[in-house]
Amino acid sequence: MDIQLKRGLLDVCVLAAISGEDSYGYQIIKDMKPYIELSESTLYTILKRLEGANMLTVRTAEHGGRLRKYYRITDGGHRRLADFKEEWKEVMSIYRFVTREDGGK
Amino acid sequence: MNKKEFLSELQKALSGLPQDSIADRLNFYAEMIDDRMEDGLSEADAVRSLGTVENISRQVLEDLPLASIVRGTVAGRKKPGAGTVLLLCLGAPLWLPLLIAAAAVVISLYISLWSIVIALWAVFASFAGTAFGGIAGGGVLLVLGHVPTGIALIGAALVCAGLSVFAFYGCKAATRGVIRLFTLAIGAIKKRLIKREGAK
Repeated sequence: MDIQLKRGLLDVCVLAAISGEDSYGYQIIKDMKPYIELSESTLYTILKRLEGANMLTVRTAEHGGRLRKYYRITDGGHRRLADFKEEWKEVMSIYRFVTREDGGK
Repeated sequence: MNKKEFLSELQKALSGLPQDSIADRLNFYAEMIDDRMEDGLSEADAVRSLGTVENISRQVLEDLPLASIVRGTVAGRKKPGAGTVLLLCLGAPLWLPLLIAAAAVVISLYISLWSIVIALWAVFASFAGTAFGGIAGGGVLLVLGHVPTGIALIGAALVCAGLSVFAFYGCKAATRGVIRLFTLAIGAIKKRLIKREGAK
């Protein structure tokens, strides 16, 4: 997949992974695994970027005698997800147009 | 490799970065290992599933802008002692001109490479301009009755149009090449900065 495209998609996937309830690093990777492969260092960079863009907040909580960071989506993050869904309706209709010509080859 | 060894190797590999950034990353990887072990993996397997330290540090490096690496490198150094400061001051007549000269060389290389690119695009623009001008001028001459001159001018304009197409691809390739060259150079500088700090 094109690197720029994948990068944009990964941001949205991470937001989607925390959109239901707060989540933590390993859980995010596990949730995304069936759909898109993501390394720890990539996740770190994405989380920092999303935090910088005010799309998520971080809190540290105790878990089993150690500390764990939990990520929570913000209103800005929800807006980004909604925008993504709108944009991709258009992309999907373009996809249907492109694949129409070759008869589903 | 166990968790402790992994983290200390990673710390060494990232030692060119700012201190707080290293600590933050190490915490992140420690949490990842703990969560995997909680999930039933052995310590060694949990560490192995993160990939090699070398791969991780390379990926971290690629994601970082050059400026933050340089900042980290400078901040990570020990404060110079009085003797070093004195030496630096006394040596200034020697190293200052050298430093300025080195900077001048780098800057002039940068400027001259881009000048070549600009010159190439100017060649392209003049071919394209001549093509349009020639066709228009030739058309006017034909209307005015100077048929042979008009045809000759249009012919020359068409040749220029053809050349401008060639020139366009040449210019595009040259611009790409120069951008790639600078990207490679910055990559090489990043690698050197991190390696040198890591080796200490």
